[in-house]
Amino acid sequence: MTEIGTLHYLVVAAALFVLGVIGVLTRRNVVIVLMSIELILNAVNLNLVAFSRMWGNLHGQVFSIFIVVDAAAEAAVGLGILIAFFRNKETINVDEIDLLKW
Amino acid sequence: MTPVATPFFFYMLSGFAILGGLLVITRKNAVHSALALIVTLLAVAGLYLMLYAPFVAGVQIIVYAGGIMVLFLFVIMLVSLERTVKERQFNRIWPIGLLASCALLALFLGVLAKGKTLFEGRPIPPLTESNNTQQIGLMLYGNYMFAFEIASLLLLVAILGAVIMAKKRI
Repeated sequence: MTEIGTLHYLVVAAALFVLGVIGVLTRRNVVIVLMSIELILNAVNLNLVAFSRMWGNLHGQVFSIFIVVDAAAEAAVGLGILIAFFRNKETINVDEIDLLKW
Repeated sequence: MTPVATPFFFYMLSGFAILGGLLVITRKNAVHSALALIVTLLAVAGLYLMLYAPFVAGVQIIVYAGGIMVLFLFVIMLVSLERTVKERQFNRIWPIGLLASCALLALFLGVLAKGKTLFEGRPIPPLTESNNTQQIGLMLYGNYMFAFEIASLLLLVAILGAVIMAKKRI
């Protein structure tokens, strides 16, 4: 337990992942759902960087840089969609966004 | 430079990260959630530094905590009405969501229990001072050149998409 190995980082990443999944599945506020998705992406990044250290090469770190780029693009587009929708119907609760329901 | 007090820093940083994650998913006020997520991102950047990944830690702080979270805060200011703080915070089907997350957690714990032996004989080699940024640069412009160009194209498309969607009249 005194030696911090790869497994410790994986456990922290798994905990962050599960917290992100709980946030996505249970919250009503769209912005908080998007922030929980960012938590999930961060957990994956931590996993990648921990394994990159374990194997001694840098592929994991390069992949995590691409994931950060991807998360930026997705956050921008997602928030753009939210703003466009907010202009139509003044709500940010996911269960009130039901214009396509029968 | 030999690392010192590694378990203390690891437990402190991961404690901050998990505490920040808990605060993100439970706060009523979206601004509080955003600030808790910034704490989580900075703690994870600290964990990257412990894993000898200074460039990824720098990218995390500058792009994620400094760019994406500022974007989130702007949008929260734009769309947050005062009544959202007083409304119901959790879904009507939140027990099912919690159950599914507990199933996922049980799956992770099962995988951890089964795969624990795979990590035993592998001590992590200590790293002396190395040129991490230079090597990542060589990989980005060498092996991953194509992915790099596609990532810049993705950012261009995301900028265009976000601008067009947020315009009042196209």
